[in-house]
Amino acid sequence: MPVRRSRLNFVNLFLWVLGGSILALAAFGAFLTIQQGRLSGDQWQTLIVAGIALGSVYALLALGYTLVYGILFMINFAHGEVFMWGAFTAYFAATALNNAGMMASNPILAFVLVLATAMLVSMLVAVMLERIAYRPLRGAPRLVPLITAIGASLTLQYTARGFYGSGVRAYPDFTLFDGSIALGPVGMTVKQFVVIASAITIMVLLYLFINNTRTGRAMRAVSEDKDVAAMMGINVDRIIVTTFAIGGLLAGAAGILYTLLFNQVHFFMGFLPGIKAFTAAVLGGIGNVIGAALGGLTLGILESLGPNLLLTGYGIPAPNQLKDVIAFSVLVLVLIFRPAGFLGRKENV
Amino acid sequence: MTRTDTPAAGAQPLLELTDLHVYYGNIEALKGVSLTVGRGEVVTLIGSNGAGKSTTLRAISGTHKPRSGTIKFEGREIQHLPAHEVVTFGIAHSPEGRKVFSRMTVFENLQMGAFSRREKIDDDITRVFDLFPRLRERRSQKAGTMSGGEQQMLAMGRALMAHPTILLLDEPSMGLSPILTEQIFKIIAEINEQGTTVLLVEQNALMALHAAHRGYVIQTGKILLADTAANLAANEQVRQAYLGEI
Ligand SMILES: Nc1ncnc2c1ncn2[C@@H]1O[C@H](COP(=O)(O)OP(=O)(O)OP(=O)(O)O)[C@@H](O)[C@H]1O
Ligand SMILES: [Mg+2]
Repeated sequence: MPVRRSRLNFVNLFLWVLGGSILALAAFGAFLTIQQGRLSGDQWQTLIVAGIALGSVYALLALGYTLVYGILFMINFAHGEVFMWGAFTAYFAATALNNAGMMASNPILAFVLVLATAMLVSMLVAVMLERIAYRPLRGAPRLVPLITAIGASLTLQYTARGFYGSGVRAYPDFTLFDGSIALGPVGMTVKQFVVIASAITIMVLLYLFINNTRTGRAMRAVSEDKDVAAMMGINVDRIIVTTFAIGGLLAGAAGILYTLLFNQVHFFMGFLPGIKAFTAAVLGGIGNVIGAALGGLTLGILESLGPNLLLTGYGIPAPNQLKDVIAFSVLVLVLIFRPAGFLGRKENV
Repeated sequence: MTRTDTPAAGAQPLLELTDLHVYYGNIEALKGVSLTVGRGEVVTLIGSNGAGKSTTLRAISGTHKPRSGTIKFEGREIQHLPAHEVVTFGIAHSPEGRKVFSRMTVFENLQMGAFSRREKIDDDITRVFDLFPRLRERRSQKAGTMSGGEQQMLAMGRALMAHPTILLLDEPSMGLSPILTEQIFKIIAEINEQGTTVLLVEQNALMALHAAHRGYVIQTGKILLADTAANLAANEQVRQAYLGEI
């Protein structure tokens, strides 16, 4: 807990009033919306499912932030670009497979190939980022790698623009996942189901990896104390690269799931999801793996539900255009009221 | 119970530090330290706060590189090796302040201790649990929630999991009750009888000289005295400075 918390100085007072007003506005808006009965039960359900699907993507990305933070205590602000590079590069694989007719003849293999391409590319970008941009700064004051991360983020964006152009490209459609399914009373599109199921599978695998493998234990040891970890025989540099690689794999997977939901790629596509996933990681408690998953889901649901729930009541037209405001308000509120997030920094990694 | 059974003199030492200079930034913490540890010995390094005891151990285990001087282990120079390679030579370091992995369980901490070895570790776990029965009871507990004494046992047990030829112990009695301290020293003797060489850093000079064959006195980064433990314990200078006698 921060020491300065007890003293309610002017700045803190201002922030609390600001945060309190935002919360009050939101609560009142929700009250109005519900009272006016603007949306049907089905519509609410649709919004929540969409939120969980989006939140799954945020969760996968947030894990990348949290894993790196847990080990290096730095925010890898270029993580959104790692995600973009995987999704964008895989677009070319997807297009090629589509043109070769494989999306039609062997759709499952095609999807797996596209996914693997994205994961591999994102992993390579993340590893290069660590080797080239961050490793030489090991031991520098904390602001230095932060600024470097922002520089790396811009470099990666504009390199992608140079290679792949500045246009928005439409992903070929994975017709394999057309249609919708019902899980009990809850209906969703097959794409949403694939996104949610893949994200959950990946997160469970990651959890098992961290808790039950030799490398996972070494990651936890390094996150606690690098010197002592080295005394145990752990090659700390190798574990740090491994952590970036895992974050990259997750970001690549997130990239493909994201394109399943939104169908397009663009050199700037990593920016907003990157910041939102960072918000999710802070919301869950940066450094905490389970927190990142919870934070991602929460943010996805808030973002999907929030505009309708909190703003419709005020009669604001097209509230969905304001969904980004929700995400950033959440970041501001968390930083004011609970900087340690849901789970703080206690449990594993 | 001062020990006098020094190993055969003249044999090649297991560990040999020669003219070691170690810096923290511009501060010279070790100003030409030389010492040797023979195979099978318990050697103690005593000295007051800030003398350079922990720094000496850190230099040996590779966690803080010396600027000059050599560290030879079994005849090979190791001062340039990174810490994660030094441990594979059979040098295990139980650092000052225990430094157990607090968010990991007791069992996982012991697993980490054996990280440098890829063989099966069941027998070693059993050995550590036999030395420290308390750890067996606590095997699934998060290390950070254990008492100071239990954490010290875990730190020693973790170091033993590396199958060390030499065990570097930094203030194992720090913060422990007299009874626990006595117990820890008994275990050090036991470990040594099982064949492990020990380099013991202590502020509790009396206990350390009882447990050791030989000792070195370090003061502001320099070795002041080197002798058998019995002679040091009888030395006027030592008695005044470190054994709290006037
Ligand atoms: N990380 C560090 N940065 C700067 N100076 C250090 C650092 N660690 C130790 N020193 C300095 O090096 C000298 C030797 O320290 P060292 O920790 O080796 O002493 P020590 O004999 O182990 O003392 P104690 O009995 O208090 O543990 C001291 O003057 C100390 O201030
Ligand atoms: Mg010390």
